[in-house]
Amino acid sequence: MTGQDKGEKKILRGIPVSSGIVIGKAHLVDRNQVKIYYHYLVDEAQVKKEVERFREAIQKTEEQLVNLKNNMPDYIKQHAFIIDSHLMILHDGMLTEATEETILRERINAEWAVKRSLNNIRKMFGEIDDEYIRSRLFDVENVTERILRNLSGEEQESLADITNRVIIVAHELSPCDTTEMNVSKVLGFVTDVGGRTSHTAIMAQALEIPAVVGLETATEQIDDGDLIILDGTSGEVVVNPDDTDIIQYQEKHLRHERYKSTIQRTSHLPAETVEGHRIAVKANIEFLEEVAAVRDHGGEGIGLYRTEFLYLRSRGVPSEEELFEDYKEVAQIMSPDPVTIRTLDIGGDKFASDLTVAKEMNPALGLRAIRFCLKEPQIFKQQLRAILKASAHGNIHLMFPMISGVQEILEAKAILEEVKEELDRGGIPYDPHLKVGIMIEIPSAVTMAEVLSQHVDFFSIGTNDLIQYALAIDRVNEHVAYMYQPFHPAILRMIRAVVQAARSAKIPVALCGEMAGDPLCTLVLIGLGIDELSMNPRSIPVIKKVIRSLSLEEAKRDLGEVMKMSTAREVREFLVNKMGPELAELGLEEHLPTIREAL
Amino acid sequence: MVEEADKASARPRQEQDKKTSKTLKVTNSLGLHARAAAKIVELVKQHDSQLYLRKDDQEVDGSSILSILTLACPKGTEIEARAEGKDSERLLRALENLFANKFGEGQ
Repeated sequence: MTGQDKGEKKILRGIPVSSGIVIGKAHLVDRNQVKIYYHYLVDEAQVKKEVERFREAIQKTEEQLVNLKNNMPDYIKQHAFIIDSHLMILHDGMLTEATEETILRERINAEWAVKRSLNNIRKMFGEIDDEYIRSRLFDVENVTERILRNLSGEEQESLADITNRVIIVAHELSPCDTTEMNVSKVLGFVTDVGGRTSHTAIMAQALEIPAVVGLETATEQIDDGDLIILDGTSGEVVVNPDDTDIIQYQEKHLRHERYKSTIQRTSHLPAETVEGHRIAVKANIEFLEEVAAVRDHGGEGIGLYRTEFLYLRSRGVPSEEELFEDYKEVAQIMSPDPVTIRTLDIGGDKFASDLTVAKEMNPALGLRAIRFCLKEPQIFKQQLRAILKASAHGNIHLMFPMISGVQEILEAKAILEEVKEELDRGGIPYDPHLKVGIMIEIPSAVTMAEVLSQHVDFFSIGTNDLIQYALAIDRVNEHVAYMYQPFHPAILRMIRAVVQAARSAKIPVALCGEMAGDPLCTLVLIGLGIDELSMNPRSIPVIKKVIRSLSLEEAKRDLGEVMKMSTAREVREFLVNKMGPELAELGLEEHLPTIREAL
Repeated sequence: MVEEADKASARPRQEQDKKTSKTLKVTNSLGLHARAAAKIVELVKQHDSQLYLRKDDQEVDGSSILSILTLACPKGTEIEARAEGKDSERLLRALENLFANKFGEGQ
């Protein structure tokens, strides 16, 4: 296909990692390897010369890398270590010594010997189970490619030479590529490999350049110079679009820009309906590091701090001190806003290194969460101590997961009292008014909500698990995943029952499943009378905006309609019709397609 | 490197080449990944001793980042570090600190 040909229109789908929409010409980063020929070296003098030539290429490669590192722009300075590791690979015995040895022993040319070394390294890495380490092979290939180009005298294709504004299409981008790149000329990134945490993703976000990764065959399907539309929000890449596509995407681009500017302006306003009915909008987090994002996005506290990470990371029980420091820091940063810490929600199998627990057939219904904690009071007590101690440093709430009945609450609270007494004896401060709540995620807890409400200070409905348990479907089982229906009338009735129980006991009720962050669900949840929504930090501005556009009275009326419906499909259609135009008006329609897909 | 070894063996061995070893546990969340491995190599460079790392029955050269990576040590792995050379003890102490500091990752 020549550059003049207007190619066939294609739509590719990948992982959207940096939002925004751009239209531009593709610049294909050619990673075709240098052609390598085999030479046999006839005499000693040639062998000696070849080793010399190899050393010079190493020297030249080193100079290039050092040069790159010194010229690294500020925004990717934190990735400078990758170039350091490239330098180390360059001087690694497996590459340099091995190559020289091959030249000397087998009397073959340097290029061929380098390739031999690379193949050996590739073989060793290929046997490793760890995906991350296997992917480091990319760094080795990057370095050898540089050496080979220096050996052949071929110029490395430099991204610094881009003169027109283009969309970079590559198999994968290394920090070296990015450093060399003239970023002001880059409209977007498209890569075959990579995920949300790949270098391309991190860098694109830092630069606020739209990017889609993981397209698998983008470099095969896109020719250099092709016109492409890159949608970093939906993950779509349209190759050789027609005029209608272009107009559509231009409109979408404008809407995205408008949306971004209003969302940022309004994310710190309180989430209240037009009547002034206030809903607390909080964040679900898993790591301490996410707290900054919660504040940035206008979160009014942490509604769910999942505490499993520290345990999974250490493959065993972390120290009380480690836990305390972590909880204390989250509480301090969020203070005076509350942080709801959920106690351990994993099964014994995750402690494989410390306890020998047999693999369970059905872990979702097995010995996990509060059941595991009550069976292993030492582990439980240690976490409670850490949480209590941290409660002296901020506004902490405590929450027990997987509660199926009153007995578990009584037992858990008895242990909590024991720990409090221990702290009292030691004169260690904690918040004596620490609020204690439970997750409502097991159908039996819904049925017993009225009784449970007498024993706790708040409820938090975990819809992800509740839907799974109530509809008897395993979410990860693809054969039944379609039955995962948040709008199932049974689920809506369950939520309503929990809210009613909480109301009569005068305790607040939160909802922290995925439904909380889905703008299509907001109307129903407000209508049901949920007091607090806790979600992924990124969803906060959107949900706040939706809440601010709603009327509580209208939401209650709409809920009345919804509760008369007998299938999830009816409910969904009603909401799409009702909320679709509403969301479009708010500039949020880009959230709609993904919602439709999800349903 | 060959020259250095020759020099060392020319000296009385018991005085110059001390052998020390220590068992270390990988406690940082990412395990011995590229950045951590790079720090080990850097440390070896600053010393006058050789470092060998052993996991199960595989032993690798501690001055080779690629070799360390091929050991594939996730969090929780125990490895035996063996140093040979005149400052082998100092090297192992520094290495121990590096492991204890979780390679400066703060996690």
